[in-house]
Amino acid sequence: MTEVATSLTRRRFRPGEAAFRLALQLCLLVGFGFLVFLIGYAVHRGWNRLDPRLWENMPSGIRSRADVAGVQSALTGTLWVITLTALICLPTGILSAIYLEEYADTTRWYNRLLELNIQNLAGVPSIVFGILGLGIVARALGLGFTVITAAIVLSLLVLPVVIIASREAIRAVPQSIRQGSYALGATRWQTTWRQVLPAAVPGIATGSILALSRAIGEAAPLLLLGAVSFIKFNPDGIDSAYAVLPIQIYNLIRSPHAEFQEIGWAAIVLLLAVLLVLNSVAIVIRNRFGKRW
Amino acid sequence: MTETTMDLAPPPNAEVRAAADRIPGGGPPADSVLELRDVNVYYGDYRAVRNVELTITEHRITAMIGPSGCGKSTVLRTLNRMNDLIPGARVTGGVRYRGHDLYARDVDPIEVRRRIGMVFQKPNPFPKSIYDNVAYGPRVTGMKVSDLDEVVAEALTGAALWDEVKDKLRQSALTLSGGQQQRLCIARTIAVRPDVILMDEPCSALDPIATARIESLMVDLATRYTIVIVTHNMQQAARVSHRTAFFTAEVDEHGERYGKLVEFDQTEKIFTNPARKQTEDYIAGRFG
Amino acid sequence: MTAIQTTSKPPATRDTRPWWRGRPRPGERGAEALLVLAAAVSIATTGSIVVALTGPTVEFFQRVGVTEFLTGTEWSPLFRDPEYGILPLLVATLTVTGVAIGIAVPLGIGSAMYLSEYTRAGTRKALKPILEVLAGVPTVVYGAFALFALGPLVREVWPGREQPAFQNMLIAGIAMGVMILPTVASLAEDAMSAVPRSLREGAYALASSRMQVSIRVVVPAAMSGIVAAVVLGLSRAIGETMIVTVAAGSTSNHVEWNPIQGAATMTAYIAGAGAGDLPVDSFDYRTIFAVGAVLFGFTFLLNALSIRMVRRFREVYE
Repeated sequence: MTEVATSLTRRRFRPGEAAFRLALQLCLLVGFGFLVFLIGYAVHRGWNRLDPRLWENMPSGIRSRADVAGVQSALTGTLWVITLTALICLPTGILSAIYLEEYADTTRWYNRLLELNIQNLAGVPSIVFGILGLGIVARALGLGFTVITAAIVLSLLVLPVVIIASREAIRAVPQSIRQGSYALGATRWQTTWRQVLPAAVPGIATGSILALSRAIGEAAPLLLLGAVSFIKFNPDGIDSAYAVLPIQIYNLIRSPHAEFQEIGWAAIVLLLAVLLVLNSVAIVIRNRFGKRW
Repeated sequence: MTETTMDLAPPPNAEVRAAADRIPGGGPPADSVLELRDVNVYYGDYRAVRNVELTITEHRITAMIGPSGCGKSTVLRTLNRMNDLIPGARVTGGVRYRGHDLYARDVDPIEVRRRIGMVFQKPNPFPKSIYDNVAYGPRVTGMKVSDLDEVVAEALTGAALWDEVKDKLRQSALTLSGGQQQRLCIARTIAVRPDVILMDEPCSALDPIATARIESLMVDLATRYTIVIVTHNMQQAARVSHRTAFFTAEVDEHGERYGKLVEFDQTEKIFTNPARKQTEDYIAGRFG
Repeated sequence: MTAIQTTSKPPATRDTRPWWRGRPRPGERGAEALLVLAAAVSIATTGSIVVALTGPTVEFFQRVGVTEFLTGTEWSPLFRDPEYGILPLLVATLTVTGVAIGIAVPLGIGSAMYLSEYTRAGTRKALKPILEVLAGVPTVVYGAFALFALGPLVREVWPGREQPAFQNMLIAGIAMGVMILPTVASLAEDAMSAVPRSLREGAYALASSRMQVSIRVVVPAAMSGIVAAVVLGLSRAIGETMIVTVAAGSTSNHVEWNPIQGAATMTAYIAGAGAGDLPVDSFDYRTIFAVGAVLFGFTFLLNALSIRMVRRFREVYE
């Protein structure tokens, strides 16, 4: 009797258990540690050049005047490209999601193919989208190496992200809201536009912000689309040549001159700061407005 | 007969009740609004409800009762084509509304739902203001109204909610209590001036006091609208309805469960002197 | 009764059509057409990718034999006597991916297990966004970090006599491993969280410890979901461009397995050649598309595999 009682009350220390738990915590910690190290290193390398020169000035030639060089043309280029990307990919993505969730009979083969196609597109390497841009958008359609070509390619690249996130948000809107609307004689589009979409806005916004932040940081496809040189002017239209921040960073950090590398690191800090803010906004929207039912 | 019913619960509106008594039990009366002839509802290949014959009479409350899985809600949803929204659902047989086949090729289900509104089991106000909830129907159906405010006020008055909400029409409908939300959903439905109102267990999510208010509201509404209510609560059917349809679930020779209509008659008859043994067993609580 | 004048009959519509026909709703049709059009964009995208790759790839194989391409051990399209064997690019891709997977799989699954089995919902909600931030770091930044921060670090601690090159596949692989870590962790966590409570409770009722439940019950039950997570991570690694371009090098003529050496992966070659190393419309320009086609084929197969495994997993538990 007493033996049983003591064996029940004594909480045994299991070294294996504790070590296992610690190992799992370490796994997570490595990722977090890497992130802290990365941000700390970037700030360390770029701190001296993190000043107004960065966005007041145009890039300067590799050989001359690193002390006054900045990334203004890349910043305005990114602003141009991302604004256009948002205008192209958000409506397309959200409308596609509405089609799949509210209109499509997903037992039909063509709709299933569409779903599968979107899932697969989400996994196509970004450089392949660059090839698509090079072969079709820039050359076959004749749009050349311009802002609009970059925006179209980035739109197609992040389109699956927008669609998948919007579909989830739309699916989370309770069926009772739709039925209530239909029972009053509303049409399908009225129900979608006036009830379903407003209720899905937080989820769609979160997905859209995450998709656009991915587009902001994307460099690989644009390497093939002419965004390589040190452009010393701001884009003045959708058919203008351009540079974007990630590409400018790529060029700067490969420079043999430490002064230019430093500008590159300062630009990295700027880019990370922008993305961190966007990510936080997305997470706040999701946590505050998500799941009202 | 009337006395027996009084034992179950006094009818809230004796005048309406007396009028109901004059309707003969059998045969479709002249003022039938909805007629179901040999109606079957399929989900894919599965025939969920079989061979239903039913007549809904104008300005009366018709109740559908029966155990869960008996198909009463499914039948209710065939009456305004809400079943269209379920993928794979299909209706055969005749569902006639004022002489028109509701399932004819050229019938627009949206127009059907304008005339035959529905109130759901769980109150489902839209996440909008009280005003916008009621105004939604007139807006989406493109009703020609001279004064929307007046329509909203009328509908809320008709749903016996006006006095409680008239000072906070711009507040979110989600701030209302459950019973108020359900009356708001009724107001929302009558704002489009329907002909028929379908109610799918409208009180099952409400407390007894809220239930009593909805029930008296239903009897009130029956002077102007034709009402069909599905309820699992027999007392409720006995209290408010003029005619009652009793459904049950059976298993066919292939082992498939399906719903069917057992008996349809005046409410007093169903509750005091049912023609079928199954009905009597259910009413008496001797049922699974 | 209340003083309301509601008619029970519906209001008359202006046109003379019977009410049950409904009104013509051009808006509805227009909206639907717009939706179909939007949905068609993603189909057109895949179609365009295939079209963009096919033409130049066919032209490429009219000059270069398929066998030569697939088995040749020299890749030197820019030389006077060009060789078109893709093996050097393939081996570099595999080496970098191998390092990345070696890092991401244990760390990713460990993180997933910790989040799914050892934390409460509140803690999980606080920790997951940090992983998402890690996934949001641009890959060019990972590349720069690998080259300038990891490079010196690895050279310092490297035990072998041979020093790692300035650009090498090891540092690129490490950075890439961290880059795909959130993908692997998040999908594996989804899979583990989807394992029904009843399974865990059954094991706990048999006096299992948390570790035993995690390893012997949760992992086997979530296995196909975990494998799908790894396969998707693999696909991401193979297709990643900027990290390898910056940190692993963009030239390689011969097969190089040694991770401390620099070499160009398939993606790095495409980026390097496409960024202006080759004259447009030259024959060598077609090499971009031929290598792109191989890359697309690889990732397509891996994605299809991953989608299948996730679906199988969902069928079991949802």
